[in-house]
Amino acid sequence: MSEKFLIGDRMSGGYGQGPNILHGCTLAVDKGEIAVIVGPNGAGKSTAMKAVFGMLNVREGAVRLGGEDITALTPQNRVGKGMAFVPQTNNIFTSMTVEENLEMGAFLRDDDISETMEQVYDLFPILRDKRRQAAGELSGGQRQQVAVGRALMTQPTVLMLDEPTAGVSPIVMDELFDRIIEVARTGISILMVEQNARQALGIADTGYVLVQGRNAHTGTGKALLEDPEVRRTFLGGT
Amino acid sequence: MDLLNAFVALLNFVIVPATAYGSQLALGALGVTLIYGILRFSNFAHGDTMAFGAMVTILFTWLFQAIGISIQPLPTALVALPFGIAVTAAMMLLTDRWIYRFYREQKAKPIILVMASLGVMFVLNGVVRVIIGPGEQRFNDGERFIIRARDFKEMTGLSEGLAFKTSQGITIVVTILAVAVLFWFLNRTRTGKSMRAYSDNEDLALLSGIDPEKVVRVTWILAAILATTAGVLYGLDKAFKPFTYFQLLLPIFASAIVGGLGNPLGAIAGGYIIAFSEVTLTYAWKKVATYVLPDSMAPDGLVQLLSTDYKYAVSFTILVIVLIFKPYGIFRGKAV
Repeated sequence: MSEKFLIGDRMSGGYGQGPNILHGCTLAVDKGEIAVIVGPNGAGKSTAMKAVFGMLNVREGAVRLGGEDITALTPQNRVGKGMAFVPQTNNIFTSMTVEENLEMGAFLRDDDISETMEQVYDLFPILRDKRRQAAGELSGGQRQQVAVGRALMTQPTVLMLDEPTAGVSPIVMDELFDRIIEVARTGISILMVEQNARQALGIADTGYVLVQGRNAHTGTGKALLEDPEVRRTFLGGT
Repeated sequence: MDLLNAFVALLNFVIVPATAYGSQLALGALGVTLIYGILRFSNFAHGDTMAFGAMVTILFTWLFQAIGISIQPLPTALVALPFGIAVTAAMMLLTDRWIYRFYREQKAKPIILVMASLGVMFVLNGVVRVIIGPGEQRFNDGERFIIRARDFKEMTGLSEGLAFKTSQGITIVVTILAVAVLFWFLNRTRTGKSMRAYSDNEDLALLSGIDPEKVVRVTWILAAILATTAGVLYGLDKAFKPFTYFQLLLPIFASAIVGGLGNPLGAIAGGYIIAFSEVTLTYAWKKVATYVLPDSMAPDGLVQLLSTDYKYAVSFTILVIVLIFKPYGIFRGKAV
């Protein structure tokens, strides 16, 4: 089997000089695929994703993008390589308009961004109506759309989402997931961390269940949902 | 009752001077608020940066006067201003490289940067006094008045005169221009927007590929432009004296905080609020009252609420009241 497009290979590491939080954790996602990281609280889900994005010291293991080793790159340089990251909180410029948020997302680009902006507005039509409004005045779900839209403005090959549905209603969550699937269909790899494990695994091509910074279960989203061990220990219920 | 004369007296002694003073405070407060919004600390050296910028401009003014450059009836200082700005900007960029950048890389707490700026303030304080001396300097060589009090009286036949100084006119026009250009820059240009983005959410700005060092450099340059302009306008309008600029720090900070630190619109509003409060509270209302009230009720005293010696107490009181009841300021800036 050939290697996937983005792979965080047996990563171990932690923040700054602190102890290791990840212990040989592996995450991978291919073009156009959705990979979901789930696990109990404190399992290191977000940490694992931040490791892939270069926000903590990976002491062992490597991160490779399209076959290139990017372990030593800073997050900013990874943005230049086509990776986009949507943090869980503070992921929009609240005092700026929706349109300015998108413009700032495309800050590194020198070419014409109006076409990409149109694509984002097509994906999230509500943002087109509110493009002159301050992003901080929008509802939680709309803010998440701005955050995802901002990240898409760099025309990334990989989109990383840290709990995109945190704090939004179930209806908005379903809608956001639909949009994420649409984004994946355009060939962008999606790596996301999710609290709502059931729904997230439902749309995942690959699911990673992490426990204490280690890979506990890996498989297709469907297989994990049906795995009795995963259901019993983690998804709850029968 | 003579409302017209009362109004002219009010215009002459309160509204015109307060508008000019408010404009100078607004320009100063804009610099403070920009630095607070982007570099995230209160720059105590701002008053002395104004003094430094004004000093350099004065030196260039003298140079131009010596070689016979003049733009009568406007003061020569306006020609010297761009040179003063350039030198001040260079000085601030050097200060950043030598002092503030070190603390930024350490991710030092804001209070440490404030203390560093206090040090910069003392050094600038000394530099200005060593170069130009602690005394008062007058460098306004243009036409002194746009409207003279006596001409106004003859023109209108009123018993009250209205004097409108050239320096006041220049202050107001330059402030309007500077503020318009600043807002255009912040809201319309890519660099300006990236500065707002950086001020709004530093981490996300980094994730978007905004270069923080460039944002910081542009901020210092803007602050130099605003501080030098404010300093020169204040010097033209009153007189240049290093100590006065140090004292201006209080009303300037009061303006920025009253408006909401980090909010440019607030800095402007704050500047005028402080200026009008200061002037109205220290003005002797006897004249206006005599015109407005019937003769029998004409006041005997000066009807001055506060001696002008206490004008800084006004800024201070407003500052305290705002911090107690509306700590984010009128236009909701960042918490102090």
